[in-house]
Amino acid sequence: MSDTAPRIELHAEDVAPGDERADGREIVEGLRGYLVGFALATLITVVAFFIAQTTLVWRPSIPIALFVLAIAQMGVHLVFFIHITTGPDNTNNILALAFGVLIVFLVIGGSLWIMSNLNHNMMPMDQLMQMQR
Amino acid sequence: MSATHPGAAFSDPNLVGTGGAAGRRPAVSHAARNLASKRIIAGYGFWIFLLSDIVMFSAFFAAYAVLSGETAGGPSGKDLFDLTNVAIETGCLLLSSFTCGIASIGARAHHALMYYGGMAVTFLFGAIFLFLEMHEFAGMIAQGAGPTRSAFLSAFFTLVGCHGLHVTLGLLWLLTMMAQVFAKGFRADILRRVLCFSLFWHALDIIWVALFTIVYLYGAGQ
Repeated sequence: MSDTAPRIELHAEDVAPGDERADGREIVEGLRGYLVGFALATLITVVAFFIAQTTLVWRPSIPIALFVLAIAQMGVHLVFFIHITTGPDNTNNILALAFGVLIVFLVIGGSLWIMSNLNHNMMPMDQLMQMQR
Repeated sequence: MSATHPGAAFSDPNLVGTGGAAGRRPAVSHAARNLASKRIIAGYGFWIFLLSDIVMFSAFFAAYAVLSGETAGGPSGKDLFDLTNVAIETGCLLLSSFTCGIASIGARAHHALMYYGGMAVTFLFGAIFLFLEMHEFAGMIAQGAGPTRSAFLSAFFTLVGCHGLHVTLGLLWLLTMMAQVFAKGFRADILRRVLCFSLFWHALDIIWVALFTIVYLYGAGQ
């Protein structure tokens, strides 16, 4: 009877975060994915440590380069180690991640913005001391 | 039965109200087909926890970023940080993340050698990382640059120490998972815990990427 009854399979196509495939048959492909991820992450790390210490590049560009490399390496870890994809079976995982990233940027960016603004508007410390006399 | 209620599956897809009463179709097995597997629920729940953990780390990162210049006349990051040590630490954590992935493949394939070998190597590299970090902390405290020296050092020890605490807990969890698989085998409930552990370990490596960039590479370059 239930074969003919229409079924709404809400989560039948989902994959848990960390799983590459739902059926678990992933040994050979899985190993290749981890190897590619490891190679890419190593490459980005080496470049980051090299750039941080080199004198070959224009110095003010170094912090931005390091920031971009860090974001890239986090992306490599998410894709090749945690197996987050853009596929329909990962929608829930991606949305949770997007919300987490939003909060992280709000907390860090907001703190830096507010604190630098306060710092900028605060009276220099020697003048403050003189007023208290 | 379904001839009399052709739309039952639409109006009540999980058959919440049927309760498996006598004469009805088996409600539980039908409902189980409509719900996500326990592996997905456990993994997703742990993923939410990890993201909230990362949000907590973002508060420590914000505090560090605000306070990184406030050295109170004491040593700055440029005087204290040894990038060679940090590079070795980074390599250890990256290798352990890779071997943790191998261990999780072994767990899903019920391949004992791959699982135990991967977990053992993961533990080894995690322990080397922790030892190097302890060594660095001890050296800094010995030269008078402990967490009470300046706001910069308070924020540094809080942020890096919190990550180190996570690695310590992760190592204890790792040993627990090896023991549980050894005692109970590759059961579905144990494999869910292995999945959560591997997510935790990979997330720690992601936090370390932000940490070595913002704390060590920025700090040493200033």
